[in-house]
Formats: sequence, C-alpha cells, structure tokens
Amino acid sequence: MNQQFTKDEYSKFVDKKSPNSHLAKDMAWAFIVGGIICTIGQGIMNFFTARGLPKETVSSITSILLILIAVILTALDLYDSIGKRAGAGSVVPITGFANSIASPAIEYKTEGYVMGLGAKMFTVAGPVLVYGISASIVVGFIYFLMH
Amino acid sequence: MKRLGLQTVALLSAPHIIETASIVGKKEGEGPLASYFDFILEDEYWGEKSFEKTESKIAKENMAKVLQKAKKAPGDMNYVLAGDLLNQCISSCYAIRDSEIPFIGLYGACSTMVESMAVGSMLVDGGFADNVLALTSSHFCSAERQFRFPLELGNQRPPTAQWTVTGSGAAIISNEQKGPKITNVTIGKIVDMGIKDANNMGAAMAPAAADTIYAHLNETGREPNYYDLIVTGDLGYIGGDILKDLLYKQNINIKNRYNDCGILIFDKQKQDTHAGGSGCGCCGSVFAGYLYSKLKSGEYNRILLVATGALMSPTAIQQGESIAGIAHAISIEN
Repeated sequence: MNQQFTKDEYSKFVDKKSPNSHLAKDMAWAFIVGGIICTIGQGIMNFFTARGLPKETVSSITSILLILIAVILTALDLYDSIGKRAGAGSVVPITGFANSIASPAIEYKTEGYVMGLGAKMFTVAGPVLVYGISASIVVGFIYFLMH
Repeated sequence: MKRLGLQTVALLSAPHIIETASIVGKKEGEGPLASYFDFILEDEYWGEKSFEKTESKIAKENMAKVLQKAKKAPGDMNYVLAGDLLNQCISSCYAIRDSEIPFIGLYGACSTMVESMAVGSMLVDGGFADNVLALTSSHFCSAERQFRFPLELGNQRPPTAQWTVTGSGAAIISNEQKGPKITNVTIGKIVDMGIKDANNMGAAMAPAAADTIYAHLNETGREPNYYDLIVTGDLGYIGGDILKDLLYKQNINIKNRYNDCGILIFDKQKQDTHAGGSGCGCCGSVFAGYLYSKLKSGEYNRILLVATGALMSPTAIQQGESIAGIAHAISIEN
C-alpha cells in the first residue's frame, strides 16, 4: 500500500482523531482535591499551633502526618483512585510525593527487599529528588552570594 | 500455487481450528463478552505471589483447558507456538515448561495470537505437523509494571490510553476435518509512521493494519464484502477509526463489516477503559471465546482476523524511538 501521508501529516491526522482530556473537568477536580489536601494540612497546622508548638515543629508534624495519610491511602488501594480523577491535584502536594515512593515499594516487593523494594523504591520519585535537591543547592548558593 | 503474493499464502489443505479455550480476568468477566469465556478469574493473583506467575498460570491452565476440550493429550501436539508481552516471553516459557511439547516462541506484541495461528497453520498445511497448539496471554498488572507505572501510583490515564486485557487464548490447529478452516495467511510488514506516544498505541498500529488488509485483499483478489466480519486485534476506538479512514482513502470500505477485539471486550462507558482493550490476551481471548463460537454457530462464516502489535519497549521510547506497528491476518472460513 502506498502511504498516503508523510509522518508529519499522519501525526497531525492522529491529533485530529484523538480525543483530548476534558480540561475544564480535570482542572476542577484538581482544584477541589488539591484544595482539600491543603485544607487538611492547614487544619493540622492550626491544631498544633493552637497548642503552642513552635512554628518549625508544626511544619514538620504537618508534613509527616500528610505523608502518613498518603502512605496509608496508597496501601489501602485508594490513592490511585483519587489520583485517577484529581491528576495534578493529588500529585503536586507532598501526599503525591509520598504515594510515588510507597507505590513502587509495594509493587516491587515481589523481586525481594534488596533488588526489588530497595532498588526500585525511587524509580518515580528519584528524578524529583535529584533535580529538586540540585535546584535548591543552586538557589542556596545564589542566596549566599546575595547576602 | 500456495504463494499468492509478497505477503499472502493460500493454505490448500485448509487446516481446521478444532478447538479453542479462553481464560480471562475479573474485569473482562464483567464485560459484554463474559458468557463466551471458559473461565473467569476471581482476583488478579489467582493464588500466585506475583502477577508474572499469575499470567503464566493463566497460559498454562488455558493450554490444559483447550487440550481437555479437544480430548487430546499433550503428546498429540507436534508443536506449541506461544508468546506474550513480558520480557523474554517468560509467561509462555514457564507455562509450557512441564508440557514436553516442542516449543516455538514467538514475539509479535499484541499480534501474537494471529502470528502463532498463522505459523501453526502453515506448519500443518506444509505437512510438518498434524496438530499444533497456538497460545498467548497477557495480564493487566504485569504489563503495567513492565511498560508503565506501579499500580498504586495516583496518575491519570489519557483518553487515548488502552487497557491491557488479563487473559489468554488457545487454539488447536489440526489436519482433522472438524471446525472452521484457516484458508489464507497474510504476514504483515513493519509499518512505522513515527508515532512516539505509548499512550496512543491504536494510532501507532493502524497504518500496519491498513497495510496488511490492503495487501490481503489485493493478493487474494477479494473485496471486503467477501468477509462477514473484518476484525482487528486491539486497535481500540481511535485506531479502529483511523484504520477505516486510511482504507477508505484507498477506496476500500470496511465500515459496515468492521469490528475490533479491544472494542468488543469492554463496555467503554461502564468499565472506564478509555480507548479499549489491548494486549496479547485481548485478541486471544476474544477470538478463542467470542469469535470462534460465532463461527461454529454459523453467525459468521468468513472472517478476516487481523491482530495488531506495537513493537516497542520502554527503553526504546525513552531513547526517542518511534513505535513500529505490525499486523498479521488470517482468513477463517466455514
């Protein structure tokens, strides 16, 4: 069969044929779920601040509790159902980061605790850590020079 | 003359598909074809410790089932031809390990069911075998972890993504005069139109399907209306739509006799499967379950089964390679 399209033309044809994500619906879900997660975080923060804990301790406790909640929801097979609808709303907050480490840990346990769980735990979160830490070093260095 | 053209051969002795068997996962068992499958799993593990072991068990049990249904012993099989999606085709290898049947491993990604039936029927037609067993399998969870992300990761699937079928199809092809016949085989060429999006496999494979169907009709001198049904393996909704358009532009209209196994196996609205089913087990189980029973009942008398495969790996995609498509076709007639 003679190809009727060049690769570029075919790519454009495929784009026309392929449905796009429902942007408005997806954004609404992301906004609501992301908002709920942040509100829960704020609630935890207010609770411990009201009990007179220092600001830095409160920040740590809030992060730790949100991570705990996300890992429990991941283990209960619930976080992926939330993420399916919420998209970035549940990926961007710290709970998404916790999910990205907990989910490969569960998945790769079948290959053993060293080469499976240990080695593959950071397959999703690894790039975030590498470039997140690298970026913070660069920014920290600039901050140091400015002061 | 057995050879009709560059890609198509005629099987003059017309080997028969004497029996088929299918096993599918729970989700497939909740779909519209549920009543056609021989066995439906209750969960994704089936008592095994990993998804790979489960997939292998599905293939192994399905092989036992097709032999039992055909009242054959493993020793009656001259060859088993099998393949799957996992690296080094491990589900098939471990499924066949204890069978003592000479094994030909095949890899054609999701086109493997037809690939194994095509090669198997040529072996029978050539007089090299009396009975061969064609077998494929796939498992949603083992495919996800090899090709995509961990199951519990909270990511979003785009609307073009397809859902890998958990299931297996098995068929026994024989020189016994019983059941539907395989009359022609068209082996596909690799067609790569530069699609790099692994979440849009239908679009990557559609040009290969169009190429194979075009070659088949051209080399056999047939019109689409020779067939009651032209059915692709797993192009899904988007790929199927593209295929119909590509052929229509070549003045071949298959629109009123076309369907796709990936569309048939799930209820798109209720089962949240986006662009449809995929995986070796998709074409495998839909053919062995649904289509074979429709052929036996005479509802269809001539079908062209075109299984499509996306020949790629996550490594190749990460290195910027595009997805090479392939499609193999067999004509099955009563």
